[in-house]
Amino acid sequence: MSFDVPDDLQYLESHEWIDPATGRVGISEFAQDELGDVVFVELPSVGDALDQHDELGVVESIKAVSDLYAPVSGEVTAVNDALTNEPELVNEAPFGDGWLVEIDFDSDDLEATLDSDDYRAQIA
Amino acid sequence: MGLRTSPLHGRHEDRGASFTEFGGWNMPVDFDGIQAEHAAVREAAGIFDVSHMGEIEVSGPDAERLMQRLTTNDVSRLDPGDAQYAAITDDDGIMIDDTVVYRTPADWPGAFLFVPNAGHDAAAFDRWTDHRDAHDLDASVDNVTTDYGMVAVQGPDAPDLVAARAGDGVHDLGRFEAATVGVAGVECLVANTGYTGEAGVEIVFPADGAGAVWDAIANDCQPCGLGARDTLRMEHGFLLSGQDFDPEENPRTPFEAGIGFAVAPESGFVGRDALADTDSPEQQFVGLTLDERGVPRHGYAVTTPAGDEIGTVTSGTMSPTLGEPIGLGYVDSAHAADGTTVAVRIRGTDKQATITTPPFLDQ
Repeated sequence: MSFDVPDDLQYLESHEWIDPATGRVGISEFAQDELGDVVFVELPSVGDALDQHDELGVVESIKAVSDLYAPVSGEVTAVNDALTNEPELVNEAPFGDGWLVEIDFDSDDLEATLDSDDYRAQIA
Repeated sequence: MGLRTSPLHGRHEDRGASFTEFGGWNMPVDFDGIQAEHAAVREAAGIFDVSHMGEIEVSGPDAERLMQRLTTNDVSRLDPGDAQYAAITDDDGIMIDDTVVYRTPADWPGAFLFVPNAGHDAAAFDRWTDHRDAHDLDASVDNVTTDYGMVAVQGPDAPDLVAARAGDGVHDLGRFEAATVGVAGVECLVANTGYTGEAGVEIVFPADGAGAVWDAIANDCQPCGLGARDTLRMEHGFLLSGQDFDPEENPRTPFEAGIGFAVAPESGFVGRDALADTDSPEQQFVGLTLDERGVPRHGYAVTTPAGDEIGTVTSGTMSPTLGEPIGLGYVDSAHAADGTTVAVRIRGTDKQATITTPPFLDQ
């Protein structure tokens, strides 16, 4: 099975993605498929400060609890509140309506992330 | 040592199942998503490959005596074709496993068949043969786990679905009754039992007939994996051996585990003396529903609203039927009454919960 890996995003080995243009963060299509039906998402609050690779939150499927990690350092500027009542959006649209948070970040941090080719190779 | 596989493994691979290790077996965890499979069983019917369950056959003049000594229920109550739920306890009355014991129908091999949980078959065989030898009993014990396959067909439509392939005799089976029935040309032991809280049957058959039995049923209902099996049993508060009790990591008596109904002290089973004074245990197996957002999971502490630890969660999930978080576990008996407000400690935060006697679904 082949998973979508958009070329305009950067990735972590732990399957989070970040959009360099907007600071929007989510988990990859591969990650949501591994988890199965997502039933609960725990996220930070707007204004929280994150350090790169620190715990960003938790996503739980029926069968597993999975920690989320911050792909960059910075301040949380937006949280996807829709996931409170519709955690399944993470399964349905991991690169779209299933996004997690937006972070105001320093672009230097992107050097420690994977581009789409590297991430595609990792999950192959 | 490699993982054991079901005689149906190739079919599951072809069907695109995801697999997981369970009790030393490599078994399907889901085919089409846990929630979809769970819903199919609640609303229509699903088929589970449960070939990871053990099968031990016991025969001979002292077979009944041996079964009576090593299981907590009273096998003398069983006529041929009857089954009963029981615990297997050690000398201290601690549960080693739970099982279903069949006094087999006259036309099925052996006198008794019992079904230990995945990965427990070798230990059960040793326990039975050791006890037989120590007490000089005349009984043969055979671990036939790899000789047989087993499926569960569960859900409101399951009895009709199976009867259409095995004959209307399936409808005549009372709860915990079994008969030898042909399915797709394979002689099967069909029992009115299950682990989902729904109507349905469990079917035992020779391993070389597994494909024929599976194909006859699975093409007309939802194939289901261990994921849905777990969420379905949790909604009904059924114990999972090794998770809700474990002789090493979570030693519990049958009374603590809430299955006193499967204990017949007069049958003289091993562990009975140790249990004589423990039918009012310090902790009890309970269900709980979370009143705040979160999911209770195995190992989380249960506390009072003030934060004092009073127990442990042993199983938990987001109930697919209710869309609400549910858990099973043990709490001090003083806090075990239905409706008691407690809390579950999730990643350092206490989330309010309510003791809720299972089943969680309206009957």
